[in-house]
Amino acid sequence: MTFVSQFMKQARVMVGDLRHRKIIRAALGNYEIARDQRKASFQSWESARRLAAETKWDALNHLDKYLVEFTAKIEARGTKVHWASTAAQARTIILQIVEEKKARSIIKSKAMTAEEIHLNDALEHAGLNVVENDLGEFIVQLRHEAPYHIVFPSMHLTRGEISELFQRELGSAPTNDPEELTMIARRALRKKFLTADIGITGANFAIAETGMISITENEGNARLTAALPKTMISLLGIEKILPKLSDLALFLPMLATAGTGQPLTCYNTMYGGPRQPGESDGPDEWHVVLLDNHRTELLADAEQRDALHCIRCGACLNVCPIFRNIGGHTYGTTYSGPIGSVITPHLRGLQDWKHLSNASSLCGACTEACPVKIDLHHHLLQNRRNAAAQQPTLKEQIGFKSFVQLANHPKLWAFAKKFARLTQPLQKLVKGTRLDPGYHWTQTRDLPDFAPETFKDWWRKRK
Amino acid sequence: MTEREKILARVREALKVAAPLSGSHGAGSTTVPVATSRRLADWQGTFGTTPNAAGGTPALPSSARQWLPRVGESFEEQLALFQKNAAELKADFQLLASRDELKTALAKISAAENWKRIASHRGELTDSISGALNLPIYFTDKNYNVHELETCDAGISECDALIAQTGSVLVTNRSAGGRALSVLPPHHVVLARREQLVADLPAAFELLQQKYAANYPSMISFITGPSRTGDIERILVLGAHGPKKLTIFCL
Repeated sequence: MTFVSQFMKQARVMVGDLRHRKIIRAALGNYEIARDQRKASFQSWESARRLAAETKWDALNHLDKYLVEFTAKIEARGTKVHWASTAAQARTIILQIVEEKKARSIIKSKAMTAEEIHLNDALEHAGLNVVENDLGEFIVQLRHEAPYHIVFPSMHLTRGEISELFQRELGSAPTNDPEELTMIARRALRKKFLTADIGITGANFAIAETGMISITENEGNARLTAALPKTMISLLGIEKILPKLSDLALFLPMLATAGTGQPLTCYNTMYGGPRQPGESDGPDEWHVVLLDNHRTELLADAEQRDALHCIRCGACLNVCPIFRNIGGHTYGTTYSGPIGSVITPHLRGLQDWKHLSNASSLCGACTEACPVKIDLHHHLLQNRRNAAAQQPTLKEQIGFKSFVQLANHPKLWAFAKKFARLTQPLQKLVKGTRLDPGYHWTQTRDLPDFAPETFKDWWRKRK
Repeated sequence: MTEREKILARVREALKVAAPLSGSHGAGSTTVPVATSRRLADWQGTFGTTPNAAGGTPALPSSARQWLPRVGESFEEQLALFQKNAAELKADFQLLASRDELKTALAKISAAENWKRIASHRGELTDSISGALNLPIYFTDKNYNVHELETCDAGISECDALIAQTGSVLVTNRSAGGRALSVLPPHHVVLARREQLVADLPAAFELLQQKYAANYPSMISFITGPSRTGDIERILVLGAHGPKKLTIFCL
């Protein structure tokens, strides 16, 4: 099955799934209220967005310089930096570290980049035990599922489903209390934290000026991942760069506001190296893996370069009518929602993933929501244009060529209109069936009736 | 060529074409040259009003402070704001007049929660306060055992700053007994001084720079309320992996 037919099939199921719709509405309703309150507390959210966008513009458009600065600074503190052009290279680098350390147990805090390179599969394939320690990620890992949403991985599940999952996988007692469920996971994961050989994290920002990464989280799982195991590995895309440490004064509250409607998430932590002389804890070794994986291709597309501004807050997913109706898994991608539809064609092939750019109402809610002002819905249009220019489909070619002929020949045009008006009643007989030429449109919609006479005819008679 | 050289070469190749600013819908692609300047303030000087080609509004915002949530100027206003934020975050904030009062307040919590053993680090405040509880103290200043730390009922630490704007506590592994003390035990108690209260996040970063620029600690953390999650039906639960309780004593 192709990606597009898989997408169409699942989307059709999901849009009719009222239970799913109810869960998503409830989850996002509270988010919207909190987010709007937080936005309103800014002296000017709009100006903050502009400053954020311009800071990211600066970072991306001098990326070479900042990457060199970042790595020089972070290496000076004893961190080992690795560069990976592809997902496969990144997996190999990490597997090598794990093998060298003879690690048996690995804990991992939430990292979308790791999802992107399918790191867990690779580790498990090598016979290693890797446990996600963000609660939502832990839940979807137990279900052998991809995260549903880049910020809220288990948003599509009810407490009942989670309780059943925990009973089955962890042998816990049934409960309907979110707090008890959280404590079950806490107890199960605490043991893993204390015994893990390696901790793997992602990063939200990489600070060039001081050579640090910054991790934003709520649970404390990333803090523990960076504190307890003897070896730490952080995987991040090369686009995570921010020029200065003080830029975080803007980006941390904006990420929290757009992402979850919090003033600041519970833990925002900057790491500048492994355990330093005189420090009492932290990893002895820290490996930072910088991942390209087609990011430089997106960087080369100046028109869409700002898609690399993305701070993965998920705000565009939350407001997107498509995401809310078809759900996160339907996309079949690591990054879903508008930002996923924009970047996936760059990361995984335009022709295979162009359908995501068509699955949009172009309402622009995403562009409006983006804290770093990515031109999301324009990029969807650009993807459509690029896909058609690169490889026009036969159907579209014939369609447009015929239209050109019609529109250039007034007599043919007049005939076509007359023909259409006369045959429209016949269409009603086959409406929505495969016999209907307008099948794709009419299976869920009505076709408006042609007017009894054309404007031209009416105008002529009027004289 | 190493992978590093290959990636940097691809980046440099890509950047030969200038990118329009976000929000200009591609319209500005030919008018904005790649800025050689480092910061936006320089930008304004270099390009005048051109950066936002489509919108055309100049006056680039220069610092985050003027757009972030407003913070009053006086100490009283900032203190009130911190108090309000802490309450919203479900952190316990107590302003105390003297060390004796602080000791009493801490003893009260210790008794209520039936603490048997606490963890702490060496510091002027921690030394004078934690000792008063007459409980065994596990120190995390030097090599320590995480399993021991895990069995402690509370972690008592100092901090670098309190931030009024967000209700956050700023800690580093140098000021607060390592990376794990403030996050592993179920109750984190912060001992702070009034003069550590700063207005906003930009001020906190200024302070970090002044204090540490020569040699930054390997961990710097903004702690904003007790550990939390909303991963089950977006319902707030405290104590996901870090402490369920955060108490901030301010002298």
